[in-house]
Amino acid sequence: MNFPILTAIMLAPVVGLLFILLIPEREELTIKITAAVATFVSLALSVVVYVLYDYGKGGLQFLQDVHWVPTFGINYSVGVDGISVPMVLLTAIVIFTGVFASWDMTKRVKEFFIFLLMLVTGVFGVFISRDLFFFYLFFEVAVIPMYLLIGIWGSTRKEYAAMKLTLYLLVGSAFALIGIIATFLYASQQLGHATFDIQTLATVKYDLGFQKFVFFLMLIGFGVLVPIWPLHLWSPDGHVAAPTAVSMLHAGVLMKLGAYGLIRVGIFLFPEGAKYWAPLIAVLCIVNVVYGAMIAMVQKDLKFVIGYSSVSHMGYVLLGIASLNTLSLNGAVAQMFAHGIMTALFFALVGNVYHKAHTREIARFGGLAHQMPRVAAGFLIGGLASLGLPGLNNFVAEFLIFMGSFTREQAIMGGILSYRILSVLAISGIVITATYVLRVVKNTFFGPRKTEWDHLEDAHGVEMVPIVVLVATLILFGLLPSLQVDVINSGIAPLVAKIEAAKAIGGIF
Amino acid sequence: MANLQLLTVEILTAVLGLGLLALGLLVPKSDRRGIGYVAAAGLAAIMVVAFSMREATGVVWGGYIIDPFATYFKVLFLAAALLTAVCSFEYVEKMGLNQGEYYALLVMATLGMMVLASAGELISLYLGLELMTITFCILAAYRLDDAKSAEAGVKYVLLGAMSSAILLYGLSLIYGASGTTVIKEIGQAVAASGAGPALLLGTIFVLAGFAFKVTAVPFHMWSPDVYEGAPTPITGFLSVASKAAGFAALIRVFFGALPDLHEFWVQLFIAMAVLTMVLGNLVAIPQTNIKRLLAYSSISQAGYLLLGIVSFSVLGIGAVMYYAMLYVFGNMGAFMAATAFYNNDGSDTIKDYAGLARRSPLVAAVMLFSLLSLAGIPPMAGFVGKLYLFMAIISRGYIWLAILGILMSMVSVYYYLQVAKAMYLGSPPEGSSTVRVAPGLQVAMIVSLVILFLLGIYPTPLTNYAMNSAVAFFMP
Repeated sequence: MNFPILTAIMLAPVVGLLFILLIPEREELTIKITAAVATFVSLALSVVVYVLYDYGKGGLQFLQDVHWVPTFGINYSVGVDGISVPMVLLTAIVIFTGVFASWDMTKRVKEFFIFLLMLVTGVFGVFISRDLFFFYLFFEVAVIPMYLLIGIWGSTRKEYAAMKLTLYLLVGSAFALIGIIATFLYASQQLGHATFDIQTLATVKYDLGFQKFVFFLMLIGFGVLVPIWPLHLWSPDGHVAAPTAVSMLHAGVLMKLGAYGLIRVGIFLFPEGAKYWAPLIAVLCIVNVVYGAMIAMVQKDLKFVIGYSSVSHMGYVLLGIASLNTLSLNGAVAQMFAHGIMTALFFALVGNVYHKAHTREIARFGGLAHQMPRVAAGFLIGGLASLGLPGLNNFVAEFLIFMGSFTREQAIMGGILSYRILSVLAISGIVITATYVLRVVKNTFFGPRKTEWDHLEDAHGVEMVPIVVLVATLILFGLLPSLQVDVINSGIAPLVAKIEAAKAIGGIF
Repeated sequence: MANLQLLTVEILTAVLGLGLLALGLLVPKSDRRGIGYVAAAGLAAIMVVAFSMREATGVVWGGYIIDPFATYFKVLFLAAALLTAVCSFEYVEKMGLNQGEYYALLVMATLGMMVLASAGELISLYLGLELMTITFCILAAYRLDDAKSAEAGVKYVLLGAMSSAILLYGLSLIYGASGTTVIKEIGQAVAASGAGPALLLGTIFVLAGFAFKVTAVPFHMWSPDVYEGAPTPITGFLSVASKAAGFAALIRVFFGALPDLHEFWVQLFIAMAVLTMVLGNLVAIPQTNIKRLLAYSSISQAGYLLLGIVSFSVLGIGAVMYYAMLYVFGNMGAFMAATAFYNNDGSDTIKDYAGLARRSPLVAAVMLFSLLSLAGIPPMAGFVGKLYLFMAIISRGYIWLAILGILMSMVSVYYYLQVAKAMYLGSPPEGSSTVRVAPGLQVAMIVSLVILFLLGIYPTPLTNYAMNSAVAFFMP
């Protein structure tokens, strides 16, 4: 099959965007339908890619290669492996449901969907790029539309949040860019020709000092986006301020760009650097998990709860990355997917409630399940996924991460800490999560009926699309984990082989 | 006769300039708008000729060099002049006087830049510089009724004269130390006899003179005032073309005549680059006038370009050339949007841009994406340009300079976004109408925008052109 399917996935939103440019502004429904069709094309093709991806064979598939700037060895080359296939699918699901979650949008609709589609083009681009130049280019494409989306359509200190987010992400990516350029120059010298191809760059032997230095740059660059504590300050503000669809994309997908970058570029190119810094990541991520969960517990605004819970849940991903073995890395990727779907579901539901009730203050609600049973059911399922209930996607992911980190034998800080202790601490995060999730569910949706909210309508019509699609995904991959794990594992295996081949070196502590 | 063929571009430009001057005298006042069209068409035609001569090499009269390096810059100057001319149609008509002279001066300034880029000898270099500077003095002061414009003209005359004097002093010292004014022979003399104090002093003075032209800190003081006061299209032209011309001549002198003093002058350039990047970006933050903001941003851009000089390599020169070319479209794009807004609302205050996206999606989009290109955000061309510059500097081991440069360009995002914030997040004032943009300006803006996107997404053609010209410069 020579059809450039990955390029088509990325370009479908661009085509939609160009069509929307031509549609007059008052034709709001046509604009929304165009956006839905464009993202549906991406989704359908992503499903095709997911199904056709041969995980038995593994490696990069659906390749496409076009010479771009020969002088510097830049090629437009795309391809997906077991790590990126789930990410592409995740992006497609989140953006498709995100369009429906924005169906009630009435303010400057045309511009909104133009920027939204621009944003998602960048995200797709990152996940399919095999060329570091394009990887970075797409990475940055996603940032500026985000600024405008939050700044124009957001709520709660939107301009402050938008600027804070943009500056954090750009300064972070500046570090990544330095790392990328340094890598390119180092590799070009070793190889004797210029190339930005990630696979080729990975074959170069970088000396230890260089690996340590560049991995650190990458850790800052991509870590901001994850977000790793203490670089997370932009994230809850950004979540809360963003309009529904952008919150979904932002927490659901954009944070994964950071973790993906760490795995794809950081660990894959610099396994020894990764080994060196892993203990630091491991310790910081526990702060993410526990501190994020504790802060989430005391929030009064529904969106802030989910914002901090994302900080906490992304900590699990980092723990998976830091443990650097097959199980944990599998778990990290699975968690990226599961958290993306779950958090998109949360934001879609909160957006739905907020749109109708014009408040997100938990204390003002209570017994909402009487008025909005479907929303309540969706929220409950999301909540159960969040605290890692078996049968839902997140359980698989977290289980793998904890197995991986628990079995890793390496002392940190001269034996005071070990990965085993850290896993136990991380698991305690689940207990805190259970507390706040159940409390939020109880205080918001259950209890006696409040007549104040009798005018609220339950989700219906197109509003059900995000709820149904996202819940179905959580359950599908929760009940049939092998659908996902086999694919992911085919991408993780070569990575782990590289890590094991790398010199055993002590960590930073 | 072969010699004159090499000079085709310069001769055509001179003819065009004089022709426009004559036209301005002959054509009745009511029909003068046509002069602008003639100027634009002429510049476009000459640009095609210049591009077709991109491979030509030769030396005329011993010291006037035609090579791909110079021709590349000539194409750049012509592109900038063309955009300026198109941008000026309505603006000049509003000013209401001397249209013929305006376009003639524009073309003559372009000619001065060409001489500057081709000069292989110090006296013709100085001639080109003065031709450019003096015409710019007149153009900056062109709005007779505006005190700020007069101030801009006077400032540019006084400070320009001073910097010319300094430059001239430096050139004399270099001549004194080497005994020749031909750049190539100076290089040989320096290689043979080494660096004496006169030569070092001359180098410093020459550097200061050029730094003034390219608005490098601490020789940048004139630019915000002049930029603010000059007619907006001229400000655009000044910021892109005269800066590029300054860099062309600077590269010619420092790489051609003084490569053996590299160890010495590179230190000065590093200091200047750091100061320029930091000061330009930080001072831009509090600006409230779009032209002053762009002036400081343009100072900071000179800092990035200096990185290419510091790297002292083919890649660095190629990067400077690539960046200078796309900078024409990026900066002119921003100035064209500012002109369009000024033509309509008569204001340069950023606050007044509030809600511009609702009043004219095109002007707002051109402004936004031009600024993003200046900031180096993908997929705009500015990103590729900066990437090349940072690659050049990192390949020389100056990682800290690259980190500083990239961090500073992230700072620049902050103030560029302030403009975006006004345009997109603000709401238009009560009773404001849509912004009307003249068709010619509209076309020029769209063309610039498309070029910025194209060069960002597919940078290959310009990359090859710039890098090949840079290689030709290093290995003639």
